[in-house]
Amino acid sequence: MTDTALQSGEEPCVTLDAFLSQSNATAVRLEPDEDARALIPHLDRLALIEVAFPKFRDGRGYSSARILREAGYTGELRAQGDVLVDQIAYMKRCGFDTFAPEKALNPADVEAALSRWPEHYQGAADGAVPIWKLRHG
Amino acid sequence: MYKYDEYDHAMVEARVAEFSDQVRRRLAGEITEDQFKPLRLMNGLYLQLHAYMLRVAVPYGTLDSRQMRMLAHIARKYDRDYGHFTTRQNIQYNWIKLEDAPAILEELASVEMHAIQTSGNCIRNISSDQWAGAAADEITDPRPWAELLRQWSSFHPEFSYLPRKFKIAVIAADEDRAAMRLHDIGIQIVEKDGVHGAAFYVGGGMGRTPMIAPLIKDFVPLEDMLSYAEACLRVYNRYGRRDNIYKARIKILIHELGADEYRRQVEEEWAHVKSLGIDPPNAEFDRIAAQFAPPALDASAPDEIDRSDPDFAVWLDQNVAAHKVPGHAIVNISLKPVGGIPGDASSAQIDLMADLAEKYSHDELRVTHAQNIVLPHVRKADLYTIWQALDAAGLATPNLDLISDIIACPGLDYCSLANARSIPVAQKIATRFSDLDRQKELGELKLKISGCINACGHHHAGHIGILGVDRKGTENYQLLLGGSGAEDVSLGTITGPGFDEDGIVDAIERVTDKYLAERTEGERFVDTFRRVGMAPFKEAIYG
Ligand code: HEM
Ligand code: SF4
Repeated sequence: MTDTALQSGEEPCVTLDAFLSQSNATAVRLEPDEDARALIPHLDRLALIEVAFPKFRDGRGYSSARILREAGYTGELRAQGDVLVDQIAYMKRCGFDTFAPEKALNPADVEAALSRWPEHYQGAADGAVPIWKLRHG
Repeated sequence: MYKYDEYDHAMVEARVAEFSDQVRRRLAGEITEDQFKPLRLMNGLYLQLHAYMLRVAVPYGTLDSRQMRMLAHIARKYDRDYGHFTTRQNIQYNWIKLEDAPAILEELASVEMHAIQTSGNCIRNISSDQWAGAAADEITDPRPWAELLRQWSSFHPEFSYLPRKFKIAVIAADEDRAAMRLHDIGIQIVEKDGVHGAAFYVGGGMGRTPMIAPLIKDFVPLEDMLSYAEACLRVYNRYGRRDNIYKARIKILIHELGADEYRRQVEEEWAHVKSLGIDPPNAEFDRIAAQFAPPALDASAPDEIDRSDPDFAVWLDQNVAAHKVPGHAIVNISLKPVGGIPGDASSAQIDLMADLAEKYSHDELRVTHAQNIVLPHVRKADLYTIWQALDAAGLATPNLDLISDIIACPGLDYCSLANARSIPVAQKIATRFSDLDRQKELGELKLKISGCINACGHHHAGHIGILGVDRKGTENYQLLLGGSGAEDVSLGTITGPGFDEDGIVDAIERVTDKYLAERTEGERFVDTFRRVGMAPFKEAIYG
């Protein structure tokens, strides 16, 4: 977990439109209805992509995250918004590495949630070895 | 039957621990009901009119006797001594206390069962043909394919907050016993050049906008099935509507895009997803398939059956189906006694069915989408003994696929969304038509009742469907004719103005009388309806 406030010196995120139309920004914010693939040509100059979760029930950001990681993005991928402790393990599997929840999370619960699953059935964007591969070596 | 290995055990145990922790935080007031709701839903726990309802997954409807006994035990210890088998081949308990839920899930885990993803906007329990592995007409057992999908979809990190719930069915015969094309994804295992693959039908569903799934891809090889499914889901997760809960199912997306455009988007996504290495090797399929190896059945077992007891003979003709191995049969146990609650079984009945499965059916049972139970692998020589035991327990009603074999949702007796009661209507219809000779005269007649437009009782797919609506504050029932959830899939049409509770029973009688007057040799009710159309029936109902 990184902390939720802007780090000193961190560049604020620009919107996707602003990013695509100008700019030499290195941080961008992606709303749920925006196409993550629009960023693919620019990934090597991005240091931070913030994916918005205005409501935890809106799961589009999970796909956005995976698409970005699958396209080779290695910078910071942050889940921001209605991010709850019960979602972060899945978010991590989809490639998020930092979290900026609107409401602070209890660190002990976070720790428990992230260490809950011993293995995973399916491959995702976190590099975990899926169970079928463990079974067959 | 599939047996958990250490990994499967660890996953279910982790889930029980997680949910116990979530319940603890909810009871301690650390999370709100709004935050708790999606979590409990992903564990099968609904808040209903009177209590919590727990839905336990029966993957592809298959159980062994130990698991069946656990279902009886839970009914006895935590509920009111009965359980309700559902159209999704699961079981529901209607009177659960939130505090008990973690203990129940722990008990279930001890027999390799769970309530994972039986509700919530995620990929639900995979359903299948209840005669899988036994049916004479299947090209292969569909359950290994379903198990592969079960594992892939369990705790899927990307697809746990979909626009809406997602239901998958897998079959492997041309006769569709699982309403395959009324699922979000219906898969039929087919053969091409001597190899099996999956035909994907995507975008079916019931609810207020029923749709029959179009064929999206006619053959997906085994080694690509999961990446193809992943591509289907990703397109849906990204573009399915989230602005209106009634338009959020994948059927609406595909309807709005058109099947061709959806197919194109899936192909594009799949070209990418396929390269990610998320498809297991065929060795994993083989590992699973080995556990579904057919039981050792003696093909030289005697084929003749002593029909001298007339009551037994009636049941035999109605409820027993052909098995692929000579000397064997498939026993269908009706949970539809006249005047009973469709799909309900008491703990004692559940235990008895478990005993019979252990003794006579190679330890296997199935739950059907028509809310009945199947003993799939029975020696013909044992049929009479089985029938006697079932009969003594009130489980030998010989009405499979007849008018009293009714599918009914819980309706207003339990469900907070209901407009009308379903159960009493089912009971009245079954009572009106209780004369078995009359039922047999009417032949195959699938009657399905939903208490509201959500269509949990499959009313769109009934040869005769009944839909409960709310008319100026009183319960009212609309009548639909001509639907089917089988291989001749079709959606029913509303006859006209609705009826009250007694009126709907009378209307059905007029409809069935009309059928008897109109039918030609060998025609089922639905065949006659398709041939003559709505007009004569309308005339008979409304005069
Ligand atoms: C009593 C609590 C229940 C509630 C609150 C409930 C709620 C719902 C809702 C809201 C829908 C519509 C979903 C949609 O169209 O997006 C639905 C559909 C459905 N439910 Fe239920 N349900 C309940 C019980 C059941 C039971 C007991 C069964 C099985 C017997 C069942 C099986 C189904 C099926 C098969 C559908 C149609 C699926 C489709 O639209 O494709 N439900 N349910
Ligand atoms: S059809 Fe309606 S009344 Fe019946 S169970 Fe579903 S939501 Fe409830």
